[in-house]
Amino acid sequence: MAEDQSYDLSRFKATYFEECSELLASAEETIARLQEGSEHPEDDLNALFRCVHSIKGGGGAFAFEDLVHFAHVFETSMDALRSGRAQLTPHVGDILVRGNDVLGDFVRAAQEGATLPADHGAEVKALLAGIISGEAAAPAKPAPTAPAAPVAVSTEPGYATWKIRLIPAAGLLRTGNDPLLMIRELASLGEMNVAVDRSQLPPLAEMDAQNAYLSWTFTLVTDKGRGAIEEVFEFVAGDSADVVIEQIGAEVDAQEGDGWGLFAPLPPAAETVAAPTPVAASAGATPPPAATHAPPAKGGDTGAGGIHTSSIRVDLDRVDRLVNMVGELVITQAMLGQQASGFSIESHPELVQGLQELSHHTRELQESVMAIRAQPIKALFSRAPRLVRDLSAKLNKQARLVMSGENTEVDKTVIEQLSDPLTHLIRNSLDHGIETPEERIAQGKPAEGTIHLGAEHRSGRVVIQVSDDGKGIDRKRVLEKAIEKGLVDRGAQLTDEQIDQMIFAPGFSTAAQVSDVSGRGVGMDVVRRNIQDVGGRVVVQSTPGEGSRFILSLPLTLAVMDGMLVAVGNERYVLPLTNIVESLRPNAQQARTLVNVGDVLTLRGDYIRLIRLYDLFGIKNAITETTRGLVVVVETEGGDRIGLLVDELLGQQQVVIKSLDSNYRPVEGISAATILGDGRVALILDVGALRIMGERLNRSQVEAAANAEAAE
Amino acid sequence: MAKCVLAVDDSKTMRDMVSFTLRGAGYTVIEADNGVNALKALVGQKVDVNMPEMDGITLVRKIRGQPQHAGTPVLILTTESDQSKKDEGRGAGATGWIVKPFSPEKLLQIVAKVCP
Repeated sequence: MAEDQSYDLSRFKATYFEECSELLASAEETIARLQEGSEHPEDDLNALFRCVHSIKGGGGAFAFEDLVHFAHVFETSMDALRSGRAQLTPHVGDILVRGNDVLGDFVRAAQEGATLPADHGAEVKALLAGIISGEAAAPAKPAPTAPAAPVAVSTEPGYATWKIRLIPAAGLLRTGNDPLLMIRELASLGEMNVAVDRSQLPPLAEMDAQNAYLSWTFTLVTDKGRGAIEEVFEFVAGDSADVVIEQIGAEVDAQEGDGWGLFAPLPPAAETVAAPTPVAASAGATPPPAATHAPPAKGGDTGAGGIHTSSIRVDLDRVDRLVNMVGELVITQAMLGQQASGFSIESHPELVQGLQELSHHTRELQESVMAIRAQPIKALFSRAPRLVRDLSAKLNKQARLVMSGENTEVDKTVIEQLSDPLTHLIRNSLDHGIETPEERIAQGKPAEGTIHLGAEHRSGRVVIQVSDDGKGIDRKRVLEKAIEKGLVDRGAQLTDEQIDQMIFAPGFSTAAQVSDVSGRGVGMDVVRRNIQDVGGRVVVQSTPGEGSRFILSLPLTLAVMDGMLVAVGNERYVLPLTNIVESLRPNAQQARTLVNVGDVLTLRGDYIRLIRLYDLFGIKNAITETTRGLVVVVETEGGDRIGLLVDELLGQQQVVIKSLDSNYRPVEGISAATILGDGRVALILDVGALRIMGERLNRSQVEAAANAEAAE
Repeated sequence: MAKCVLAVDDSKTMRDMVSFTLRGAGYTVIEADNGVNALKALVGQKVDVNMPEMDGITLVRKIRGQPQHAGTPVLILTTESDQSKKDEGRGAGATGWIVKPFSPEKLLQIVAKVCP
């Protein structure tokens, strides 16, 4: 048992902390459920207990003393609740929430190697201890954290002769203890003589292979002490076997080895192979088939396959690398396809067919890889209940949270980016949306407001909605504020929708007083920026007196999308396929220019703003006549339709998204770039931003025209 | 005979530590994160999977209920060093116990004791 210096605990720490964060989150969820009146409080308490217990167990292994101390008190309080010694009141629920928070602090401190003040969480600890009724109140010392000292091998110098009697109880074998192993271990301590007593052996016919019938007397000469001998029988002494150890000659103190033990009776071991046996190990003396001590799960064939199948843990970096490689593969595949486009299937059947299959498989591969990163959005939503509960208490409002679509799967990177915006939106709904119970009752609404948090997949994107049944956006105040802040000109004519969107403007806040919750005026523009950063968009719909609804639309993944390649002059652009409604070659009646608005397209009775991409991006050699080009009608997330004038459509293609922000810098109207099959870079258009740019361009053109007119 | 150990614990940290230590000593280690999977690994798929979870003591009983594992050594890991857990394990048919936290040497020593 040499010291193994190379054994380094730190290699397990990463796993431990990862596990801790999952456990803490799950504990929080469970506490929330308990507070809301769980259907199975006992199961939940047990689950909670296990979470804390696991954190404590690992913490002990790494000797995080403070953490273990606290976890122990926490765990003990839970035990009191489980056993019914204490009642789970709302107050106790709150203490558990705080307990979990403090436990999280300890975990984080341990992770960062930081030292928390000695009294950190002392108050919560005291509260937890208060749950533990009377006798159990004292935060007992946690389980010993230092690794047990190697079992003492007694150090008595010199040799002694020991006489040891081992009389197994009949059931010893059934606990997995094997006398043969003990005898070997004993023999390793020194010189040993063995005598077998087989007087209890029944006739063969009556013999139960799983019973122990033999007993032994050993004479051992060793320089190890009594402790070493007791250790051999640690698991069996007592219940499972009678073990009598006597020193022939002087008496030696017994030693405790407490770090472990073996239960059980010594069995009938089969032959006493290891030791010389004065009594001939007569044939048949070994009825118990020796085979019984096969360790669990022999070999991998038994079904080891069934174990790991549920999930594995993979470093996100590895998945990202995989995603990137698949991205490159998609490009290569597109390139090959393009190179081979000149070959006909008649002249090169294998090549063409092979390329088709390649395209097929690449796509499947890519989808599978994306699925690896997909996670249910539940992870994100799970924090909401607590947020709503805490905030509504703080604001003296009553609100309940309804969630739907928690299992909608979204790319993990998207989920991570959404955490802050979602928190802000929920805060906003509670702070600005939901009224106080008095106000609500006065308006004939239920005193308790409802916040709905929902997620769903819609046409290749994930749409998250946060809606409330509060008072809606106060447009008059928003407009006043916007004018006051210089965000719009006084007298500007804004539609209701435009006013509503003002709340996303930087520096905008309507809260009359800056509260602890929101009203710092940073919320909404941060929300919008965060969401835009992941290629998403946020809009708000509001009905005065009935509530507001924030709609977040996000790409399912940040890596690949289906696009339509369009040509404008010599340039190539990619339009996200999900935005495209239709494309048409307008006739002269359809393309019109309206005074004060600019170019429009009439489509089945509707006017659609027409944006000339060549004009917007200053491209030469493009088709400028509306009737000769193609108009692609696209829909923004807000539901607006605009027409984009392009030269032609080049075809649908899967494109790998390369961020402009990280490779270059953000460009208005462009969401990202991609590499085409021929190696050229094409820009991916951001339809929502194009609409805004188009309006601005139109406005300036209209104004310029008006000025020119006035000048004449 | 290959020395094979099935390590069952819901904590990955614990499983990792046990596996790493034992593998280093030449054992084949199979891991299972709960009792149901442990039984699957042990006896193939012939296990009633309708039990959502089970505690260690129940698992020991279930293992002992499999005729071919009547004599298989089973060690329980316990944080409590108190006698009641040990007695409970003993009653269920466990071979022995290891008190957490344990040093790698301790773990090896004890495992070697029941499965050399």
